[in-house]
Amino acid sequence: MEGISKRYGGVRALEKAELVVEAGRIHAILGENGAGKSTLIKVMAGVVSPDEGRMLLDGKEVRFAAPADARAAGIACIFQELSLVPDLSVADNIAIADPPRRFGLIDRRAQRLLAEEALARAGAGDIHPRALVRDLPLSRRQMVEIAKALASRPRILILDEATSALTAADVAKVFAVLKRLRAEGLALLYISHRMHEIAELADECTVFRNGRNVESYKAGTRTDAEVVQMMIGREYSNVFPPKPQRSDDAAPPMLECRELGWGGRLRDINFSVRAGEVVGLGGLDGQGQRDLLLALFGVLRGTTGEVLVDGRPATIASPAQARSAKVGMALIPEDRKTEGLMLPMTVRENLSFAVLDRVSMAGIIDREAEERLIDEMVQLLAIKTAGIDVPVGALSGGNQQKVVIAKWLMRKPRIILLNDPTRGIDVGTKQEIYQLLRRLADAGAAILFYSTDYDELIGCCDRVLVLYDGRIVRELEGSGITEHALISSALNVEAETRGAAA
Amino acid sequence: MSEWRYWLAEQRATLMAVGIFALMFLIYVANHPAGLTANVVQTASNKGVLLAFVAMAQTLVVITAGIDLSVGMIFILTNCLASWLVVGTAMETTLGLFAVLGTGLACGALNGAIVIFGRLQPIVATIATGAIYFGLALLLRPFPGGSVNEGLADALTGRLFGLIPASLVVLAAVVLVVWVPFSRSLTGRTAYASGSSEVAAYMSGVPIRRAKFAAYTLAGLLASIGGLFLTFFTYTGEAALASGNAYTLFSIAAVVLGGVSLFGGKGSVIGAIFGALAFRTIGDLLFVFDLEPLWQPLFQGVVLLVAVSLGAFALFRVKNRLEWFG
Repeated sequence: MEGISKRYGGVRALEKAELVVEAGRIHAILGENGAGKSTLIKVMAGVVSPDEGRMLLDGKEVRFAAPADARAAGIACIFQELSLVPDLSVADNIAIADPPRRFGLIDRRAQRLLAEEALARAGAGDIHPRALVRDLPLSRRQMVEIAKALASRPRILILDEATSALTAADVAKVFAVLKRLRAEGLALLYISHRMHEIAELADECTVFRNGRNVESYKAGTRTDAEVVQMMIGREYSNVFPPKPQRSDDAAPPMLECRELGWGGRLRDINFSVRAGEVVGLGGLDGQGQRDLLLALFGVLRGTTGEVLVDGRPATIASPAQARSAKVGMALIPEDRKTEGLMLPMTVRENLSFAVLDRVSMAGIIDREAEERLIDEMVQLLAIKTAGIDVPVGALSGGNQQKVVIAKWLMRKPRIILLNDPTRGIDVGTKQEIYQLLRRLADAGAAILFYSTDYDELIGCCDRVLVLYDGRIVRELEGSGITEHALISSALNVEAETRGAAA
Repeated sequence: MSEWRYWLAEQRATLMAVGIFALMFLIYVANHPAGLTANVVQTASNKGVLLAFVAMAQTLVVITAGIDLSVGMIFILTNCLASWLVVGTAMETTLGLFAVLGTGLACGALNGAIVIFGRLQPIVATIATGAIYFGLALLLRPFPGGSVNEGLADALTGRLFGLIPASLVVLAAVVLVVWVPFSRSLTGRTAYASGSSEVAAYMSGVPIRRAKFAAYTLAGLLASIGGLFLTFFTYTGEAALASGNAYTLFSIAAVVLGGVSLFGGKGSVIGAIFGALAFRTIGDLLFVFDLEPLWQPLFQGVVLLVAVSLGAFALFRVKNRLEWFG
């Protein structure tokens, strides 16, 4: 790949990225969340087209308009978001792109054999080819995904976080398979956050940062600490409000969790947030942070353990209870387009949904009271809109996010949960949100804040809880919140590495 | 799990539709004054196949997670057309048959083109085209009338060897010629895949557009076969709005009774056929019990509601409440 660039709106996901992958080698790609790794492989797999640059396969330039083109060229990709069809059987899925046919019709017996062989190659012979994908647990689905990629007999195999959902036993099997494929002369591209996996597998490594390839090196020639340094290597560009020094007060924490758990996805979660505190949730994407926020907000069923509000046990069985006056909780969701806003409706309508009970008498909305409250919020958050009767969908991403936040602030919540609120919005709005968070905390709110951006966690939070695999693995406090500490505990690498890096 | 249990799981929805139909039909013939005679079966199947064809048409579209609200109107349009064309000598009749089936295909293809290339929502697109098809039917037959090749009509609505209803044989033949190849082709597989998860289907690089287009087009064809049969039974063509609307709505009911998921990706035409036959039998039950026909809509509605509720139990097992809305 030469000089590949891709922009989404004003955001540059890839900037003149280069990559060389050789047959018979395993090439690992490292980088932080949002470093451009996923975009890079989407380009290679034909899912997105690059804005500039070219791809060469065996020295010849290729262009993929659709995933089918990439597959025809011998590139198979195992994505993080699974590409399996839930209502088809395992065998149907494995053979989906090019099932064996006789007289133009799918030959089920041949397909069955093909699926069994592919499953065996992937080391997943325990999966029945007739089982529906919908009925399989995540780890089995991932194995089917691998078998599916192998069934197309690719020359280049790309694995994007393919092991993140697997059990240790499965990982060992997959590794054996990958090593055999390398011996067979395939080119493998392996993307993972797990350092020890890369150390075990990779022949070459390339580090990505801010959409560029920073450095390529032979595996084993760099220490973990050096790799972490390469992944960070950027200066602070965001301005954060100062953090106040706080003394221990005797009041019970506003929000406390004891032994909170949910299925296998959250385990032994213990923490507390005091009034006036901003507590961050860190770690790699998808380690249970989102589930934790949803559990607190009463969205998940079957959670175990205890949640205490103001030191008293609270039952929060639905979002309606969570936002009730007794609990006073608000969740600023991650996906504002589906969970936070009704895009075609106006700013006024979106904002007043959260407070209709407060501005209405006997079911009739008091338009004046509604307007006063809304004006107050629009000014507080400096929402740039042509008026409150403009559809929210017409605002910029940053202003949309402000509307989401305003919507919840209108209830004057005491406990505020935020799920990656600054993703995909511009720097200016980000800064306003940081300042707002601090103001809210100073006014006595307890804030729990999940972010995939380490700078934010460092700049905004009094404490940071790092999650790994549904568990809190580390708690960082005050000046202990550094980029090195965050990344190394997010990757769950050894304590000695942390010492060396610091 | 052993092999047969997987088979059972795959066929469960279809078997349930067969079961519901068998039960209803048993009650029906047990209470019919004439009992189980070839004549009773012939009448029942002749009524049943009309809805069965329209339900088959609906199934193909529903599998892709779409819906076709014009099937009833294609059914009516082809009925009116057949009452002009399927007459005269053997040669003329044959040409007429092809013209009618071709019209069905064309109507379906238009639906498909609008949904795929116009990117309109199926529900709106097919309401609009349905109105157009009905308008054409009205132009063809402002008043009920026309005729049909009676020899052919009697043969196809009569009995083979004095026992088997010919209409059921045609239904089975259509299943063999249209459904079996479709369901076992890459196109049919893709129809299921895109109905179940269009993103996953796209990522897998399968021909989504081709599959959707085929589904809508074949739906038009199947609805026109239904329209032909309507002509064979009535010997006339009639642009009856109520009838067209009823067939469209009943086809959706039959499809759901037959275990086809309206969310797409699940179910089969076989299930929908039995769903259609069961739905028809439910309506006929009232006659054998000598109840007033006034009760029919209410009774059908209640039975349908009960049958459909059976499918909703899975929601109780959901752990993350956000999945209720996914």
